[in-house]
Amino acid sequence: MNPKTDILSLPEEELVHPGSRACSGCGLSIVYRIALKALGKDSILVVPPSCLTVLQGLYPIASTKLPSLNVTFASTAAAATGVLAALKVLKREHTTVAAWAGDGGTADIGIQALSGACERGEDFIFICYDNEAYMNTGVQRSGTTPQGALTTTTPFSGKLQVSKDVPAIMAAHGVEYIATASASYPLDLFDKVSKAKGFQGVKYLHVHTPCPSGWGFEPQDTVKIGRLAVETGLYDLYEIEHAKRKLTGPSKRLLKKERLPITEYFKTQSRFKGLSKSQMAKIQKQVDEKWEAYANS
Amino acid sequence: MTKQILFLQGNDVCVEAAIYAGVNFFAGYPITPATEIVERLAEQLPRKGGKFIQMEDEIASMCAIIGASLTGMKSMTATSGPGFSLKQEAIGYAVMAEIPCVIVNVQRGGPSTGMPTCVSQGDVMQARWGTHGDHAIITMTASNHQDVFATTVEAFNLAETYRTPVILLFDEVIGHMRERLIMPEPGEIPLIERLRTSVKEGTDYHPYLPRDDGRLPMSDFGGVHRFNVTGLVHDMWGFPSNNPNIAHGLMRHLVDKIENHVSEIAKVKEYYLDDADGILISYGSPARSARHVVENRRKRGIRLGLLELQTLWPFPAEKVRDLCSKAKYILVVELNMGQIMQEVKKAVEDPGKVFLANKIDGTFISPTDIRNIIRLIQGKGV
Repeated sequence: MNPKTDILSLPEEELVHPGSRACSGCGLSIVYRIALKALGKDSILVVPPSCLTVLQGLYPIASTKLPSLNVTFASTAAAATGVLAALKVLKREHTTVAAWAGDGGTADIGIQALSGACERGEDFIFICYDNEAYMNTGVQRSGTTPQGALTTTTPFSGKLQVSKDVPAIMAAHGVEYIATASASYPLDLFDKVSKAKGFQGVKYLHVHTPCPSGWGFEPQDTVKIGRLAVETGLYDLYEIEHAKRKLTGPSKRLLKKERLPITEYFKTQSRFKGLSKSQMAKIQKQVDEKWEAYANS
Repeated sequence: MTKQILFLQGNDVCVEAAIYAGVNFFAGYPITPATEIVERLAEQLPRKGGKFIQMEDEIASMCAIIGASLTGMKSMTATSGPGFSLKQEAIGYAVMAEIPCVIVNVQRGGPSTGMPTCVSQGDVMQARWGTHGDHAIITMTASNHQDVFATTVEAFNLAETYRTPVILLFDEVIGHMRERLIMPEPGEIPLIERLRTSVKEGTDYHPYLPRDDGRLPMSDFGGVHRFNVTGLVHDMWGFPSNNPNIAHGLMRHLVDKIENHVSEIAKVKEYYLDDADGILISYGSPARSARHVVENRRKRGIRLGLLELQTLWPFPAEKVRDLCSKAKYILVVELNMGQIMQEVKKAVEDPGKVFLANKIDGTFISPTDIRNIIRLIQGKGV
């Protein structure tokens, strides 16, 4: 097993130009910078409309030093398929192709193309940065918006449905390597992206990405909020390697530790202000049951 | 009684009008610059007992309103360029299966992702021919909030009357501009409900057998009558057919039911046309600048007129020809590369006197821009 990357061994070279066009405290800025370090210079990005196109597309501010193909919304994995096919014919298979979409571009409008690519076994890394709603158009609910969260299209009592478990959908496709990560644990994210490069077929990374303007918290709390999601056991860090799931890092350590109550997470964000005590108790019960199952497996 | 006066952006006015018209189903997907329609309906529609669903993509939104409309709801979706492109196949399905619905396209710069926050009128021809195959379609637009309201209500009326998708082709300026709306009283604008069949349960109902006037009484799908709905060429029962006679009859019916009623469907607004030497033709937000120029020139005794199109498709060609017959020049003002100008050229007797004042850079066309073009037409320096 490779030693874990620490702040000293993290590559120094930046693949993002200095500056930022993101909102203050944007979790994606962290995810973007760190994951590009792991992908390395010899990479091509395929990105659909999302906050990322705003963040990376405005040269010279915060734009990427990698070739980036901004495609149409529904087509990230399909366009990546075409890029890969051409690289193969041109004998440039050493280049890493990374498809990189938000939760809408992955779980909603993008899932057909992603599913097709998984079934064909296309050899690219797919990174979903999950800020749990359509943030670029101003906070509308998405398939991964958590139950109870207020958005502009779930304005009364928050979203009624539970969020879509995209890693599980990827696992059902028989994808060789799936990992969840978080903007609040950048070194863990770096290691997982690096590791993904060693597998065949689609590699899927789901990255929890706190969004101050969309979730309703102060910009300086981004890292804290992401950590709370993990420490309360709501969002779990794990890898699924050849169909075997194992918890990693801070989530693994939670198995032997007392978890924080989920209310600690909910109370930090205005999007959850509509949740009643009984709803929270219900969600706490679901989280407890999930962790009981983890402990027994 | 004092009227309610609101100060809203065009997207909000469209929502208020849709609710006035009785919309009770909306399916949509967030896209700039139409998102406010989705957001306002998410809040308003449940309060009015209607159903709002944010779907997983643009195609799904279009198909959901088809399903809901067929089953008996007044249905609508809203989008912009990229989403409008994705909806095209399903719009054709609604044409073929004769399903009333309203599709709002708040136009932005294109093609592709284009300029999401900038104004354009580049989708005029896409509204006409975006879906494949010969077909007729109704497309309307407006230049101010009072007209956005009236036009939106009219769109529902026409959709229900002619059993057809109706496209509301607004633009980013209209969508995001805030101005006054005098809220019409209930009943002030007539509402037309769809014709429902009087055929009783247990009696043969022919969902696709037009009456003599071309109209097709509907039966709420899944209700008392069992029938088939398809995008294939179909007979009066709704079952697929390859019979050339049936195919010919269906194609003629689909086109004639709209093209034979251009005079009833198509609406224009006329400003100072009676004695006009020069006529501006415009629609949507550029018509505001055009009107400003006309009012301004008239004060100086210059005989300029404005023909504002409120219906783009079916194109009111006869009306345009008649109204423009005496003009020395016609200047079409639009935010594209001459999509309606080409229609005007086809309509008038002398296409040589038709000119274009346009902008395609995402900015709005100003009265000065139009005045400069008029000076060029008249051989004067700018």
